[in-house]
Amino acid sequence: MRAFTYERATSAAGAAAAVAHHAGAKFLGGGTNLLDLMKLEIETPTHLVDIQDLKLDQIEATHDGGLRIGAFVSNTTLSANPRVRRDYAVLTRAIQAGASGQLRNKATTAGNLLQRTRCPYFYDTNQPCNKRTPGSGCAAIGGYSRQLAVIGTSDTCIATYPGDMAVALRALDATVETVDATGATRVIPIADFHRLPGATPEIDTVLNHGELITAVTLPKPVGGAHIYRKVRDRASYAFALVSVAAVVQPDGSGRVAFGGVAPKPWRSAAADAAIPHGAAAVVEQAFAGARPTHDNSFKLTLAKRTLAAAMAQVRTA
Amino acid sequence: MAITGASDARTVPPAPPVATMPVSLEINGRRHDLRLDPRTTLLDTLRDHLHLTGTKKGCDHGQCGACTVIVNGQRINSCLSLALQHDSDKVTTIEGLGQPDHLHPMQAAFVKHDGFQCGYCTPGQICSAVAVLAEIKAGIPSHVSPDLAALMHPTNAELRERMSGNICRCGAYSNIVEAIADVAGAVA
Ligand SMILES: Cc1cc2nc3c(=O)[nH]c(=O)nc-3n(C[C@H](O)[C@H](O)[C@H](O)COP(=O)(O)OP(=O)(O)OC[C@H]3O[C@@H](n4cnc5c(N)ncnc54)[C@H](O)[C@@H]3O)c2cc1C
Ligand code: SF4
Ligand code: FES
Ligand code: FES
Repeated sequence: MRAFTYERATSAAGAAAAVAHHAGAKFLGGGTNLLDLMKLEIETPTHLVDIQDLKLDQIEATHDGGLRIGAFVSNTTLSANPRVRRDYAVLTRAIQAGASGQLRNKATTAGNLLQRTRCPYFYDTNQPCNKRTPGSGCAAIGGYSRQLAVIGTSDTCIATYPGDMAVALRALDATVETVDATGATRVIPIADFHRLPGATPEIDTVLNHGELITAVTLPKPVGGAHIYRKVRDRASYAFALVSVAAVVQPDGSGRVAFGGVAPKPWRSAAADAAIPHGAAAVVEQAFAGARPTHDNSFKLTLAKRTLAAAMAQVRTA
Repeated sequence: MAITGASDARTVPPAPPVATMPVSLEINGRRHDLRLDPRTTLLDTLRDHLHLTGTKKGCDHGQCGACTVIVNGQRINSCLSLALQHDSDKVTTIEGLGQPDHLHPMQAAFVKHDGFQCGYCTPGQICSAVAVLAEIKAGIPSHVSPDLAALMHPTNAELRERMSGNICRCGAYSNIVEAIADVAGAVA
């Protein structure tokens, strides 16, 4: 691991300023992704700004009936929150489907959103990877791409966004609140938060350097049956090949987001509209224009079957 | 890669000295005031600085659970945490749970049920298991909990899912779950 200096911020704007005014600085949440990548020298920050003392660890009701989740709330705390379990169960289910008990205790809401891809070539510093080293090429295109994305990719990168929590947040229309060094705040819809790679796969999200996530907000509950279904290579403690976050109403309408298939949680209005027509119709809409590789084209079939299983679960719920 | 120490010394300039930082940890009830390179993980602090070598390093990347310790009542992977993140925290390691002459009930159950073979994963398994029962008692749901509104129970499926962050290369899993279920029965 490269040497770095460390500080504990005492205010949100102060934390943002500390990172903004230091080119090599990064925020430190739980550290479960950043420290992993620092050990491999994939991330090489020169300064860490630990945000644990900012009191961003509260979950509170919003005036319009929603829920505001502090950026530092742990994955375990969020998933176990009584209101989340009752009104946003797809979020509890998605979080509990990810990582391990130890990791969820340490991982934070903001850090989880910002976890980096699990593309095997991104992790192997001997391989070309445009996301890790811009301009070096992409070893995954033409390489081992079974786990990688089938849609939203570009000629420079076919990696997925690997997380589970954000897939549920996408289905729930969450928003991400930030503050910058000047104290200015902004609210980013989760749909716009993660980027597609285009020509700049090294940039995962729309956040600016030094922009601190302070909270994630859920709109008022939408009701319905909440399902998160994740298919992976082992029964637990593995990333998704395909996952489905679905909220289905008694009248058959609903919303669905897919994980493990794209550089961001994948949802479309056309796919939502097709829910009453069944899983095949939804997947046809959601994956129109997909560009799977030889190794990962199975994900299209798997997405259909996973959604069909989720819809069957709704009917028996 | 055959890089000898000698050629290393010729080609690699010495790393600049790193400023250490103070940190105070309460480990197994005893306070330790240390000065550490900021890179030092909690795991390396325990093993290399405090010689508490019960906590093991398996993967050093959050993938195996051998380094599991309990911090402020919650289990975490000590390999993916900087010591500096834990200033003033209370850390319990396998040494603090119990000693050979006064075993923690979970340690005794692992012995009784043969919950290990080589023993390398065992300290992490035991710290994790103690925390798992506390998590079930606190009503924290898991991936396999059928009803999020109900109380949580230490069923076989729950124990297996909740222990999935602890890998056992020897495959002692079935006896590990039996040991935990034995303790769960006793505390239920
Ligand atoms: C073995 C293993 C298995 C895993 N399996 C899964 C899985 O199945 N599903 C899944 O979803 N995840 C999985 N994970 C990933 C895990 O969920 C993430 O590591 C975790 O959520 C990251 O949260 P953190 O708080 O530790 O982030 P950190 O590592 O602290 O930070 C991650 C990034 O976010 C930035 N950051 C942190 N907080 C803020 C903030 N407030 N504002 C702006 N930037 C910020 C940091 O600078 C860093 O770049 C796994 C991880 C491991 C190690
Ligand atoms: S798919 Fe993206 S992350 Fe993977 S090697 Fe190619 S550029 Fe890197
Ligand atoms: S050594 Fe920490 S999880 Fe493997
Ligand atoms: S007992 Fe050998 S790894 Fe578990």
